[in-house]
Amino acid sequence: MHGSHASLRQMLRIRALTKSYRSGPDRIKVLRGIDLGVGAGESVALTGESGSGKSTLLHLIAGLDQPDSGEVRFGDTVISSLPDAGRAAFRRDRLGLVFQQFNLIPSLTVSDNLAFQAKLAGRHDPDWLRELTERLGLAALTRRYPEQLSGGQQQRVAIGRALAPKPLLLLADEPTGNLDEATADEVMRLVRDLVTRSGCSFLMVTHSERLAALLDRQVHLRAGLIA
Amino acid sequence: MLRVLLSHWQRHPLQLATLLIGLIAATALWSGVQALNQQARTSYDRAAAALGGSRTAMLESRSGDSFAQSLFVELRRAGWPVSPLLEGRVQVGGRTLRLLGIEPLSMPIEAGTAPGITGGELQNFLTPPGQALLAPDTLNELKASAGAVLTTDAERALPPLTPQPELVPGVLVVDIGIAQHLLNKPDQLSKLLIGSADHGPRAELRSVVGDQLRYVAADDATDLERLTDSFHLNLTAFGLLSFLVGLFIVNSAIGLAFEQRRPMLRTLRACGASAAELNAVLITELLLLSLIGGLIGLIGGYFIAAALLPDVAATLRGLYGAQLPGQLSLRPSWWFAGLAISVIGALSASTASLLKASRLPVLTAAQPRAWQDAQQRWLLLQGGAALALALVGALLVWLGDSLTTGFAVLATILLGAALGLPAVLGVLLRLGERLTRRPVATWFWADSRLQLSGLSLALMALLLALGVNVGVGTMVQSFSRTFNVWLDGRLAAEVYVSAADEAQAAEIKALLRDRPQVQAVLPGVRAEVKLDGWPTDLLGFADHATYRDNWPLLQATTNSWDRLAAGDGVMVSEQLARRMKLKLGDRLQVPTPTGTWPLDIVAIYADYGNPRGQLGVGIDALVAHFPGIAQTRFGLRVAPEAVPALVSELRDRFHLDNRSLADQSLVKTESKRIFNRTFAVTNALNAFTLGIAGVALFTSLLTLSQSRLPQLAPLWALGLTRRKLALLELGKTMAMALITALLALPLGLLVAWCLIAVVNVKAFGWRLPFAVFPAELAQLLAVALLAALLAALLPIIKLLRTQPAQLVKVFADER
Amino acid sequence: MSANWLLSRRAFAGGLASLLLARAAHAQGFAGLGSEASGFTEVLPGRPLSFPADHGAHPDFRIEWWYLTANLTDEHGQPLGLQWTLFRQAMAPGGEDSGWSSRQMWMAHAAVTRAGSHHSAERFARGGIGQAAVTATPFNAHLDNWQLRGSEATSAASLAPLDVSAAGADFSYALKLRTERPVVLQGDRGYSKKSERGQASYYYSQPYFEAEGSVTLGGRTSAVRGHAWMDREWSSQPLASDQTGWDWFSLHLSSGDKLMLFRLRHSDGRHYFAGNWIGNDGHSTPLPADGIELTPTTETMIGERRVPTSWRIAIPGRGVALTSTPLNANSWMTTRFPYWEGPITVAGSHAGNGYLEMTGYNANGG
Repeated sequence: MHGSHASLRQMLRIRALTKSYRSGPDRIKVLRGIDLGVGAGESVALTGESGSGKSTLLHLIAGLDQPDSGEVRFGDTVISSLPDAGRAAFRRDRLGLVFQQFNLIPSLTVSDNLAFQAKLAGRHDPDWLRELTERLGLAALTRRYPEQLSGGQQQRVAIGRALAPKPLLLLADEPTGNLDEATADEVMRLVRDLVTRSGCSFLMVTHSERLAALLDRQVHLRAGLIA
Repeated sequence: MLRVLLSHWQRHPLQLATLLIGLIAATALWSGVQALNQQARTSYDRAAAALGGSRTAMLESRSGDSFAQSLFVELRRAGWPVSPLLEGRVQVGGRTLRLLGIEPLSMPIEAGTAPGITGGELQNFLTPPGQALLAPDTLNELKASAGAVLTTDAERALPPLTPQPELVPGVLVVDIGIAQHLLNKPDQLSKLLIGSADHGPRAELRSVVGDQLRYVAADDATDLERLTDSFHLNLTAFGLLSFLVGLFIVNSAIGLAFEQRRPMLRTLRACGASAAELNAVLITELLLLSLIGGLIGLIGGYFIAAALLPDVAATLRGLYGAQLPGQLSLRPSWWFAGLAISVIGALSASTASLLKASRLPVLTAAQPRAWQDAQQRWLLLQGGAALALALVGALLVWLGDSLTTGFAVLATILLGAALGLPAVLGVLLRLGERLTRRPVATWFWADSRLQLSGLSLALMALLLALGVNVGVGTMVQSFSRTFNVWLDGRLAAEVYVSAADEAQAAEIKALLRDRPQVQAVLPGVRAEVKLDGWPTDLLGFADHATYRDNWPLLQATTNSWDRLAAGDGVMVSEQLARRMKLKLGDRLQVPTPTGTWPLDIVAIYADYGNPRGQLGVGIDALVAHFPGIAQTRFGLRVAPEAVPALVSELRDRFHLDNRSLADQSLVKTESKRIFNRTFAVTNALNAFTLGIAGVALFTSLLTLSQSRLPQLAPLWALGLTRRKLALLELGKTMAMALITALLALPLGLLVAWCLIAVVNVKAFGWRLPFAVFPAELAQLLAVALLAALLAALLPIIKLLRTQPAQLVKVFADER
Repeated sequence: MSANWLLSRRAFAGGLASLLLARAAHAQGFAGLGSEASGFTEVLPGRPLSFPADHGAHPDFRIEWWYLTANLTDEHGQPLGLQWTLFRQAMAPGGEDSGWSSRQMWMAHAAVTRAGSHHSAERFARGGIGQAAVTATPFNAHLDNWQLRGSEATSAASLAPLDVSAAGADFSYALKLRTERPVVLQGDRGYSKKSERGQASYYYSQPYFEAEGSVTLGGRTSAVRGHAWMDREWSSQPLASDQTGWDWFSLHLSSGDKLMLFRLRHSDGRHYFAGNWIGNDGHSTPLPADGIELTPTTETMIGERRVPTSWRIAIPGRGVALTSTPLNANSWMTTRFPYWEGPITVAGSHAGNGYLEMTGYNANGG
């Protein structure tokens, strides 16, 4: 897996991506022309100061928001030019998403949460789900509701939920941001193992150099540009 | 500290609006109904205290007819402080007015609500052309101005009209001599009022007038009050219901505000505020809000009352003959009571929140243990209460025997159903969740269940409003259908004539004998008696097939009409039978001028809409027991096509007005019109209640929608579009509304049954056949869903307009 | 100025209707009651009175009364006074009508006065229906059950014997009135002037009644006897507009003479005095106005009103110098239109008793 990056098929290609937000009378340029590629099976850490634009980049990749210019290409599909419904379908079918918080659907049990996206995408694989549940240490908690879980448990459910449909790309935005260091490390190890096991690409936003070091490659963002 | 707490409302204006809307709605409807009741009671009091009202003792002829004026003079000369009164009706411009002839000089001071004639107007009142005193309302209705000289439909000139604000509407007060002329009753009187002032010794009544007059003691509770009691109880019950629905809103708004301010309260406690201080401030805040809400509500109540007053007045006039002025006049006590009820309501609606606040620990366990458990417990508790209420209700049906228990049964049914609703909905939603496999569908049900705790109060309000709507609608429809059939039976004769006097009656009969199109002339005689203190009419029936074939008997012995004709049988109206607990075969003792008349009950018949008791007897026997009773009424059997010509001939020839000469269709139309207005108020209050329930739903959804984003954002991130999410959200609201509405149907039918079989029987004394009207139910279902749709629309639109950036923020923001 | 200056017995101004109205403002204003007696028969000098016809009602005159007062003692020798009055007033000219359209209005006052108490009552009625009426033969004046009634035996000349009765909330009485002596004409042979400007009435009296009967007060009945005085008066003209009230005496003197005196008070203080001396022989002589002196000596506060209840009475030409004392200074008629009317005793040149009536004493001294 650790071969030449150039030889890998580019799963995700980002070209000249810009994004600005209105803030009062000003427009703040958050991304000022990003070019980035992520290969199949590659795991990339996106680091940077607070406000460097790393979360925004992740949201644009996930199709949660649209860029001002440039493109996000996933395989043959230009995500950034898809309509709302298309991007939603893209997220459902190809992506796994893990955020810092509020990843789970409060009204559903752990097992329903875990299976939710897989079923939604039509790729429910009970065996894989069972394996995920076991490996994430959630087997005893499947009938609980998110509210009844600790922060670490909740994030593990979120990871399981994101990986259950076997996504091509797992996007994570500070997935361990709310956790203490020990728990964070444990969760990260699990993610890395499971990502490797499922063979998907992995892009994670983090401000922690320590966690970033665990991934294949680090990309540093500074003031809206790749440093 | 108060400022800190109040800042919450500044940041949540919608919540404040919700709270105030609840308070305003509750206060407005309650005080509106109270205003109507107060208005009515005031006017009953005035009518009772006014000339000829029952607050004054009086002498009447035994038959209730007029008597010779010479009796008045004889009584005065024997030391009796009596004052003559002549009552009658005149038609002016097609409007029937009660004409009161009074004698101001002898009138007892306590009966002297004949205003303006104690002052400088006496001379004008007494000397030609005199004055016709009337309420300003009535003057307006006649479209006349003060001083106008109108002519009655019998072509007699009234004295110049003189408005007097103190008078009850619909009454013309003139000097006794003028009244005798207008009513064509020279030297005749209807009543002698007895002053309470001590005039020294008086001769014994019998020694002066023999048996001609009887003494009627002054009465504290007027007949009107008795007759209209149930009507007002009805109004009050609906006012109370609306009040409760409004309090549901208040309760949910305050509960939500409390939950949201929990951290703030905790901080204040941590900063050193004592629980007592905090509670005092919370209560102060509540008082402030409830006073504002109450005040606005009172103004709303005033307008509601003003809007409903015409219908209430029409109902009271049509059904009970009670006259209400068209202008609302409210006592200060009404305003105080309204504010008080608002404050009390707000306090009681927030007891739970206040208790929680006082027990709020300074330090708290991280996340309160699962809403699931709490909700489960709560649902069980409510379900238990619902069951208990149902039991109490059943017990009341079994044991109760009064109108109040009737309403209590209704209350337990409604309250039980409302309390049980969340539990039932919870079970249904869980069932839905179990039955689905697809993730979105599972979420749909599960999330509905999650929302249930936030929506349950609004849904309870909706259930109550719909239940009552279905109930009342079904009752009114049942009544309407029954009433129409019944009316056809009651009004079998084609034309009804009431002659001015016996001479005219004889002339009319003579004329009719020459008219071949008149198949039969059915004489009718009416006498008044009191049975058990209840005003009761005695109808004399001619022995004729018209009655035998058509009269709407509910129960009868085989030979009932023969017994009637024989003079020893009596038919009893349903209400009277119920009130006096009479059944077929019982013997009834009827007081008559010629002594007690024992009669066997041979039939019971329906007499819907009549607050008075009624008896049917053979006409010959009636006349024998009430010698000298006026025999001036009769019904005519005429071929239908000959009716118009005959009516116009009689009208022209004998100068009969609409009151004295009516064809069947006219009477039917009038009866149906009165009937329809009877329930107009109920319907209006129903609509208000439904509206408030809609508002409750709307405000609940709106407040919920503010906390919805974190719950919806993950779904959106997982690939559900905002559009789809919005549709799902709408679907959830509609589903819950639909389930609630479907549950409201059986509840409503139960309410209808309760109204028909318990409340109506107690309130009015009649029982209707129960019927279900599917079209009505479907229509109401549609209305409920439309209300839910409207209530859900704004939150949904807000959701659709939510920017991705806002949704994304959910995942990153520290909350 | 309030209502009661027009009040009462010799009420020329407003008369009964305005009394009922209690509205001074209306007194001069309303129909038929202007400053002229328009439409009513005028009072003219020289009209001979004729009996029994003139004992009855005169509906073509505007106002009229039958006014009986009695000075009595009970079986314990305690003095008491008694009043029985019937007023008639025509609301409009036009004579008698029967039925409710009658223009005649009737008012009656009755009172019993003892040293420690005063009881009064009033009644109202309309003419035309029989509730109140006066007929000349046989004489019968009544309103409700209050009556002054003669019989077949009643003589036209003396208007006696009569029975009188009345009852109120706390009193009742019934007396027989007897006398053989004829009635006495007041003023100039029955023509009694009331001002310099021509206001006048027809006026005669029967001052010679011997009275005997019973009075019930507070449930206790006493046998009473004494003498009584009846005034009969009718007129059409109103009081002069500046006349504010009057003080009226009817006195039985121990000499057997009878004395009638009145003072019509003027707002400018120039009062109009008149009276008749009725000698023991029954001869009635008008007294010259400047030969009568009436001077209040004691005033009593009755409510807000200041009423002169003791007087000095002097008729120098007749050797009369009297002081009058009320049996009860609070003989206030609490009728709808209140005034003072009560028994008095006189001392001085003559002993005697009689009745005093005073009107127009208002709360504000008006």
